[in-house]
Amino acid sequence: MSGALICLLAVIQREALRFVSHRSRFLAALVRPLVWLIVFAAGLRAALGLSIMPPYQTYITYEVYIVPGLCGMVQLFSGMQSSLSLVYDREMGSMRLMLTSPMPRWWLLFSKLVASTLISIIQVYAFLAIAGLVVGIDFPWEGYLLAFPALLISGLMLGALGLLLSSTIKELENFAGVMNFVIFPMFFMSTALYPLWKMAEASVLLRDICAFNPFSHAVELIRFALYGQLNFEALGWVNLAFLVFLAGSLWGYDPARGMIRKKA
Amino acid sequence: MNAGIKVSHIVHGYGKKTALNDVSFEVESGAFCALLGPNGAGKSTLFALLTRLFIPQSGDVDIAGIQLKNNPRQALAKLGVVFQQPTFDMDLTVRRNLKYFAALHGISGRDANKRIDAALERLGMAERAGEKAKALNGGHRRRMEIARSLLHEPSVLLLDEPTVGLDAATRKSITDHVHDLVQDTGLTVLWATHLVDEIRSEDRLVVLHRGEIVADGIAGKIAGDQTLGDRFLALTSSSEAAA
Repeated sequence: MSGALICLLAVIQREALRFVSHRSRFLAALVRPLVWLIVFAAGLRAALGLSIMPPYQTYITYEVYIVPGLCGMVQLFSGMQSSLSLVYDREMGSMRLMLTSPMPRWWLLFSKLVASTLISIIQVYAFLAIAGLVVGIDFPWEGYLLAFPALLISGLMLGALGLLLSSTIKELENFAGVMNFVIFPMFFMSTALYPLWKMAEASVLLRDICAFNPFSHAVELIRFALYGQLNFEALGWVNLAFLVFLAGSLWGYDPARGMIRKKA
Repeated sequence: MNAGIKVSHIVHGYGKKTALNDVSFEVESGAFCALLGPNGAGKSTLFALLTRLFIPQSGDVDIAGIQLKNNPRQALAKLGVVFQQPTFDMDLTVRRNLKYFAALHGISGRDANKRIDAALERLGMAERAGEKAKALNGGHRRRMEIARSLLHEPSVLLLDEPTVGLDAATRKSITDHVHDLVQDTGLTVLWATHLVDEIRSEDRLVVLHRGEIVADGIAGKIAGDQTLGDRFLALTSSSEAAA
């Protein structure tokens, strides 16, 4: 086995072991979307009518509509949390330890991203299982399979965004700041809660922002995949956003630049 | 001289503030060198540059004869580091922590286990391998971190104030431990500290103050007929008066 692969597997294993030992984090990650699904969606079901639109072939209830968005939310929180914990929790030391490895730095950061993405995917499947078994919202079986690659790409994209933030933005000193200025705007101004045409009824500008938001594309990619379909446009945008965010975080963690030096 | 660590004309700053101003020194291979300086002298910046957390604005660093700037991966492979802040995963076992580090250096499987067993044996802590890191006391954890930093058999070891927060007896035992390592294995050590009692009179000593080197030589000679503590205070206060 090559050194790079050994390193990747070790980073994944470490992240998995940390995940298992922090059960409260897992619980929080599950409760959050479930509250949205059971409480929020139930309240809005009566108020919101959704017409037939791809990938749906029939009328759907509001709960069914927001499940893919909530999958995205799980990944959004997870990506921000694991990347930012590098800097803000007592993780600075372990990041420095990782960066003294003789492996190329981009590979180390990529390993970290893959590891946190896999953890977020476990959380998404746990959420989908409860949504299916308890709430009764299920998808075609091939949807569950095809969601995996979609979740992988969207998780990498959101994790890379977190990594970029952790390396470049100094003012976001704590997670509450990130919630207010990154997570909430990204989540609310996306297609997670309302389809684009519904947004357009309220404001065209809002619709345009939603359509530009990479999180919208991640949600749509997941939504289509859950119905066994590939949304090429969403795939393209999510990939593009991933590359941009990754390039940004590599720049941020470049030893000749970047924010990390100001925190040393 | 066969240099273990060679630092040449390093200049580095944050914004307008200069943290290191034309710092140069060499540590010969197989020597214990103490880097002494009050808080804020630039020790942590120097360590960040030596471990390539970032790159100096100008100047060069060589680790075991390999230029860090041009061959970072080869140079880092020769380098072991013990950070000031604890870097153990408290919820994972000692062995897991060590295996994780070995894997970061591309060492796995039987080879990793063999090295870990040998390291634990050397510390007489083989029976504690399965315990969680948080079950160890501060001194043991530090020793483990030192053992971990040596798993990939580096030729240079950097320690950034490794005795912070430890009691006097533990501090002494860790200082002795690292001195022994130098004697037994020919390791090159750079030990950053602000505590003079961790330095022996025969050690190499570099005194850093306000980003500049104010003394470089054998500790006993630098001290002269004063105690090292008095000499250190004189060195760091006289330049303050001049500044």
